[in-house]
Amino acid sequence: MLLIECPWCGKRDETEFSYGHEAHIARPEDPAKLSDDEWADYLFMRKNPKGLHLERWAHSAGCRRWFNMARNTHTNQVMGVYKMGELPPKMDSGS
Amino acid sequence: MNQPNRLSDGGQIDRSQPIDFYFNGRQYTGYKGDTLASALLANGVMLVGRSFKYHRPRGIMTAGTEEPNALVQLERDARTIPNVPATRIPLYDHLDASSVNCWPSPSFDVMAINGLFHRILPAGFYYKTFMWPASAWKYYEHIIRRAAGLGRSPEEPDQDTYDKMNAHPDVIVIGAGPAGLAAALSAGRTGARVMLVDENLELGGQLLNEREEIDGAPALEWVAAAETELSAMPEVTILKHTMATGLYDHNLVSLVENRSDIISMDQDGKTRQRFWRVRAKRVILATGAIERPLIYSDNDRPGSMLANALRAYVNRYGVAPGTRHVIFTNNDDAYRSALDLKAAGADVACVIDIRPDPSGELVTRAIEAGIEVIDHSAITGVIGRNAIRAIEIMRLNDDGDGVTGTARTIKCDIVGSSGGWNPVVHLHSHPGGRCTWREEDGVFLPGDTLQDNVSAGSANGSFDLQSALNEGDFAGTEATSTLGLTNKKRPTVPKATDAVDEDPWRVLWYIPTTKPVGERGKHFLDPQNDVSVPDVQLAAREGYRSVEHTKRYTTLGRATDQGKTGNIPAHAVLAAALGQSVPETGTSTFRPPFSPTALGAYAGREVGEFYDPIRRTPMHEWHEKAGALWEDVGQWHRPWYYPKDDESMVEAVARECLAVRHQVGMLDATTLGKIDIQGPDAAEFLNRIYTNAWLKLQPGRCRYGLMLGEDGMVMDDGVTSCLGENHYLMTTTSGGAPRVMAWLEEWLQTEWPELKVYLTSVTEQFATLQLAGPNARALLSELTTDIDLSTEEFPFMSWKSGTVAGIPARVFRISFTGESSYEINVPSSAGLALWNDVMLAGEKYGITPFGTETMHVLRAEKGFIIVGQETDGTVTPIDLGMNWIVSSKKPDFVGKRSLSRADMLKADRKQLVGLRTVDPNEVLPEGAQIVAETKPKPPMEMIGHVTSSYWSAALEHSIALALVKGGQDRMGEIIYVPLDDKIIPCEIVSPVFYDVEGSRLNG
Repeated sequence: MLLIECPWCGKRDETEFSYGHEAHIARPEDPAKLSDDEWADYLFMRKNPKGLHLERWAHSAGCRRWFNMARNTHTNQVMGVYKMGELPPKMDSGS
Repeated sequence: MNQPNRLSDGGQIDRSQPIDFYFNGRQYTGYKGDTLASALLANGVMLVGRSFKYHRPRGIMTAGTEEPNALVQLERDARTIPNVPATRIPLYDHLDASSVNCWPSPSFDVMAINGLFHRILPAGFYYKTFMWPASAWKYYEHIIRRAAGLGRSPEEPDQDTYDKMNAHPDVIVIGAGPAGLAAALSAGRTGARVMLVDENLELGGQLLNEREEIDGAPALEWVAAAETELSAMPEVTILKHTMATGLYDHNLVSLVENRSDIISMDQDGKTRQRFWRVRAKRVILATGAIERPLIYSDNDRPGSMLANALRAYVNRYGVAPGTRHVIFTNNDDAYRSALDLKAAGADVACVIDIRPDPSGELVTRAIEAGIEVIDHSAITGVIGRNAIRAIEIMRLNDDGDGVTGTARTIKCDIVGSSGGWNPVVHLHSHPGGRCTWREEDGVFLPGDTLQDNVSAGSANGSFDLQSALNEGDFAGTEATSTLGLTNKKRPTVPKATDAVDEDPWRVLWYIPTTKPVGERGKHFLDPQNDVSVPDVQLAAREGYRSVEHTKRYTTLGRATDQGKTGNIPAHAVLAAALGQSVPETGTSTFRPPFSPTALGAYAGREVGEFYDPIRRTPMHEWHEKAGALWEDVGQWHRPWYYPKDDESMVEAVARECLAVRHQVGMLDATTLGKIDIQGPDAAEFLNRIYTNAWLKLQPGRCRYGLMLGEDGMVMDDGVTSCLGENHYLMTTTSGGAPRVMAWLEEWLQTEWPELKVYLTSVTEQFATLQLAGPNARALLSELTTDIDLSTEEFPFMSWKSGTVAGIPARVFRISFTGESSYEINVPSSAGLALWNDVMLAGEKYGITPFGTETMHVLRAEKGFIIVGQETDGTVTPIDLGMNWIVSSKKPDFVGKRSLSRADMLKADRKQLVGLRTVDPNEVLPEGAQIVAETKPKPPMEMIGHVTSSYWSAALEHSIALALVKGGQDRMGEIIYVPLDDKIIPCEIVSPVFYDVEGSRLNG
């Protein structure tokens, strides 16, 4: 079970959080202009890397705030957490 | 006293406290301090069970957690625990245990005939034999499970209680042997918060089994002093009788603590076990090592034990396991067992060493003690079936793959074998730690780790006492110094008094006989699962190159002991058969828990009524008194229907339905989700979330909204009312409230942070009473003076505030039943009072409380959907025929783009329709499949399914809603619902059955 540092509440057990998949996928400005394939890509296609992954989490059983986390999916090492709208911190790939 | 194998003195047992216990129905006596295993051995009981597959007789092999054979069924009925190693059960008064996997008794077992057929029961036997025909597996499985199996699970609920604990120490030390104690001492002396955990009742680990000395005194005196010092440290917690079952990501350790030495039940007002979740800054693994046996022919006969177990029984329990003992070894350490047996006055026939010319200090001492040492030799056969009577030995060749010369027979009843030791790397490996191979003695050592954990002592492959003390001391110091803690006056590391040099081990993975392996006796690698050397070699020949596949094919290293003794030799045998090295072959994955764990410990207090919280509305008590039956909606208990006298469900629901249609009914609608939405961008937010238009909704007005996922599928629905400028109250489905709240928050926080909108869940702040029926307005008018209920002033889909029965209220004129209807929101605390007032005032109007079932019937008569019943995550508003609510003018809303995907436009999508059975009395089962053409038997092409189906008392015929392919273009068609015993023809009709014009709603 991961130990996750909520940017607002500090370190808490993973059971307090819910996972929100890959981060930094912006909703298209004008979905009507997208082809079906482009829309499907936005809707369904997500990375599944071994190594560094930028992902969203919500502290759903705590402050209910969403935030981003940089995690190595292989080692589960957390390289950093950062707020919505912020850019990921500088880090090596952690592979 | 009848304990023939009990020594007259010595051991850590208390001979002044005899304990009576029962094994297989016979009474025996042991002493306080015994385990069940040591007490059985003291009583001369060696044969304790039968093996899994061949039902071969089996005896106690070890003195610890690694025990593969001596599994017992502990206690009876609700308290029974299957497959507990007898070596792990501290003896207590009236303990009642029996053998597993043998009937009627271990010495006469009717299934032992399997042993005679072992040639037709090779590895993968089940897979090969019972593959065909597949349909017969259900018969085979029954027989196989009865024939090959372990203990029985209890059939009654667990009567004991369990607690959960959390701890956040600086350092946790797992294992309180020499390394663990040294680590806890050096860490504790810095003032760090330290937890020290050990599976045994006493601290000391392997020292409990040995005659070692530390700093010139018996080692157990050092252990006692260490315990005294640690206990005096305010930040140190010692947990004895506690198994560390797993190490997880980010240094989470799971522990199961036994709270009494009676392991089977609650005792002295304490819970039976506590499950600890420990999040430590540093983890020190001092988990020790497990001796591995030498794999010789018929190495499973009762009396075949691990060499170190012999001295554990002698030194710790004052028991000589047999009358004449043989030690069979590849290393010097096993000579300690011979020396300890001899010192205790037990008969040691000889030490058989597979090494030529062993010359270490311990060997010399054995010879000086008068013990015969036979070098460069091997056990080639065991004589005796239910017990060892003698062994046969021959000279090994130089390569160790054959024997020479003539056989010599040695009488004995116990063989203690040692093939060296394997570090317990389980916890190190659980969170992804790697292992490295040390070729010279053939052991896997803890290697790189992903966590902040370190291994010390024999768990780290440092098997001698001084190294254990040194590494433990260093690990404790290092762990605390990285946390910025130091010990100012650092005492010296304790010294092992009798440190001796030992010769290297000779690694032979199995011991040859005069014939190829498998042709003379059986060389068991995994005695619990009856996996022998030829089974693993066969798996390799049949193409099982991966150790994980071989494990599953042969059943190697599975079940309760997970191959703690034999896995490494087995992996080495596989490696040799594949012609590759052991590290290339690797080990199977170590997974938690380290040893079997009671499910009750994981459940803790979250059982029975605490398994899941129950949410009750303020009017719950009234419903209960009125005799309501309950429907669970999410965690809510809602009244389902209120049967009168001996009414059936159908009768009660029909009565409630007719009351609403002709008079007035009242529903407790408190459970509907309520979200208060405020902020200058609230209307814009609603406009993006819902499919219809929201920018022009005026204060005082209500609107129905449909919410889609971004994939275009219906997700939730409900009425949202404009309470004032920039202020709305959204209602959601009862079950969907938390999901919708989270969904809205996600959009606001992650996608539209620029919108100034604030959400507050107010579901529990308001009680909601729904009045429905032609008398609703007249009834309500008697209870309010400040709300004008005229249709002109208070039309359908509007709301007003005022007082009802003197209670401040918001009244919403909305309807889910199709009747004129009011939903009254009052503060929760006033809900029950208002309910009582309305029931009283409503008597003359024929008021009838109704439940969710009636509500479902009434809304189905109107063709209103229920999200989750008419929808299942694959249904769009277009499929539901709800095009009217999907704005074509809005450029965008969540899910809009998906509605124009090619797949969404197909004509044969399943669409919502009504069904009328040709026989009006026939009520379809919900979920039934629909076909256009029937055939004598399945398969038939299915074109849809029934989503809702009821008897309509108002219409006096059955009604149903269904999703049917292209249904909206099939009006008037006859389709069929094939059931087990009949086929029901139905006509496809409009889903609106009642008051199609909606005059009742608006009237």
